[in-house]
Amino acid sequence: MITEPLLSGITLGGIYALIAMGLTLQYGVARIMNLSYGESLVAACFAALWLFTAVSVNPLIGLLVIVPLAALINWLVYQVLLMPLVKRAPSRDALEVDSILATFGLLFVAQGIMLAIFGGNYFSYSFLAIPVKIFGATVSASRLLALAFAVVIGLALYLGLTRTRAGTAIRAVAVDPVSALLVAIDVRATAAFAYALGGALVAAGGVLVSMFLTFNASLGVVFTMKALIVVIMGGVGNLMGCLVAGMILGLTETFVATYVDPGLTLAATYIIFIAVLLLRPQGLFGARRS
Amino acid sequence: MKFNGKVLLGLAAAAALALSAPMLSAQDAAPKVIKIGYAISKTGPNAGGANITQIPNYQLWVQEVNAKGGLLLKQYGKRIPIEVVEYDDRSNSEEAVRAVERLIEQDKVDLLLPPWGTGINLAVGPTFNKHGYPQMTFSAVTDRAPELAKRWPNSFWFLGTSKQYIDALVELMVKLRKEGKINDQIAMVSVADGFGIDLSKAARSGFEAAGFKLVFDKSYPVGTQDMAPIVGEAERSKADTFIAFSYPPDTVAIVDQARLTSYAPKVMFTGVGTFFPLFPQRFGDNAEGVISLGGWSKDNKATMEYREKIRKLVNRDPDYWGSQIGYSSLQMLEQAIERVGKIDRAAIIKELQTGTFDTVIGKIKLENNMPKDAFWLLGQWQDGLYVGVAPQRPGVADLRVPKAPWKK
Repeated sequence: MITEPLLSGITLGGIYALIAMGLTLQYGVARIMNLSYGESLVAACFAALWLFTAVSVNPLIGLLVIVPLAALINWLVYQVLLMPLVKRAPSRDALEVDSILATFGLLFVAQGIMLAIFGGNYFSYSFLAIPVKIFGATVSASRLLALAFAVVIGLALYLGLTRTRAGTAIRAVAVDPVSALLVAIDVRATAAFAYALGGALVAAGGVLVSMFLTFNASLGVVFTMKALIVVIMGGVGNLMGCLVAGMILGLTETFVATYVDPGLTLAATYIIFIAVLLLRPQGLFGARRS
Repeated sequence: MKFNGKVLLGLAAAAALALSAPMLSAQDAAPKVIKIGYAISKTGPNAGGANITQIPNYQLWVQEVNAKGGLLLKQYGKRIPIEVVEYDDRSNSEEAVRAVERLIEQDKVDLLLPPWGTGINLAVGPTFNKHGYPQMTFSAVTDRAPELAKRWPNSFWFLGTSKQYIDALVELMVKLRKEGKINDQIAMVSVADGFGIDLSKAARSGFEAAGFKLVFDKSYPVGTQDMAPIVGEAERSKADTFIAFSYPPDTVAIVDQARLTSYAPKVMFTGVGTFFPLFPQRFGDNAEGVISLGGWSKDNKATMEYREKIRKLVNRDPDYWGSQIGYSSLQMLEQAIERVGKIDRAAIIKELQTGTFDTVIGKIKLENNMPKDAFWLLGQWQDGLYVGVAPQRPGVADLRVPKAPWKK
């Protein structure tokens, strides 16, 4: 009996983590508070939909095209649009404010392009909607796959960031870009790389959720909000935090929906969010800022 | 500044001239265009609905009227083309009110078409009313419709009240229960937003009055992405009837989840989205037997032709509830204007209230600014078409219960 909400909570949590991982890199390392984040996710949904319905390319193969493409686009966005802001920003806090304004504009450009191409309709397609039985509970194969990706990507990147030299450089930039410069780390190139990597992650998330969610061109902001909550709760820039915070939210939602009332899921999520902010303002896994 | 007699005289003469000039030339100087304006949600959460039910209808109607040369105004003895002024209300009521005011005061449009959705139509109602423009809503369902039609006689409520849909549903279910096809237990979920709140409220009292038991009755917030807990609870309730007053993303998620866990209630009713072309595309044969609002006449040639035209225009089907009714309301507006023969909004409103009109869904005559027995309240997917199953009127299809089991 308890396996059902447990399983669907874990899969939902995996999806939340997956949605938020790209943002934690873009915000945590590149220090770009990307408000057009959700639009990137929806754009990846549309790309997967188009590949699947127009050229009948399986979304999983589609990942091989969409993810590198998204990394490239995000790298270009960083170099062309955000680099001038990075160069003239007197401090990192100033960069955050500037990037909010710039990406707010980007949000409307991205949304406008999608509206022009696809219109405002809802879209949905069915892929891997096969029931899988685990401990007597049924869950869809596509959601399970999204969970697996979230766990694999989350762990791989966590290990990559903590155990490799390049990862250490990225973390150094996240913690203190000025000192990172002193030890011969190319801060701007590293930040651009982190931003592009974040873009690639959000694209992967978009492709995976497009297999089971119904979306339209205006849905971006919903994903940005969810991702922001997960990122802030988990600790900005921390992938492990993303995974854990996503799980906490997913499990809370399904348990509240099953045992209390489906109407209270949002309230429960925000109560937990507020509690974390009060008790650990830096997030569950965040380092305390001096 | 001090006026002297001469200036006053001059002003009076000028005023007299200005007043008389249009009267003299009214017969011959026909306007170049008839300006028709609308504010609609092209972006934001309402864009999905507006894009399917409303915007293609506006485009199709204007295109067709202009292909004929425009609206025939007897007063000038010729056809005058329509010019469209369009604003995006960004799914925001205040924005919609501002846009409608701007359309009236600055763009000086001759007529207005309604925005999308119950909430925004209610918000712009006073502005339409104050300036005497007909407001022919066809994406608004509210139990206050009769009262609003009295307060704002310029407002028309084509989709009617939520109660009329629930009454039709209760009637169908009472019949099924009498035939022994379903038990008296119902599992109901609803989205915690306008549509879900209104319909579930009407349903609660309607079903209880008819002796049904709501064994599961919960609401969920807009944007809920995981329907597993809700569908699971509904399944455990052992009710024969499952009703969801849901929005498109939730509708798809609910049906997907039910299919996944092979939950097959005998009667399955889902909300907005069920009658969208997306639904059969997404579910194929599994759409069979699902019930919702609206419906389509199987053997009405005019609606089938209308569907072809929409397909040609936007490369997809119209929805099977509001679209056909919306297009019919535009045909009524066109006929009312041509009967009046000039842009006289009060006379056009009067004609809409009292006249009988030929439309793609058949003859329509309004009663208290609402169509009576003009369209289907409930429909069911049968053999790939979403056919009308209630109310009982000519062409009604038999309800198929129990719903066929899911195919994998």
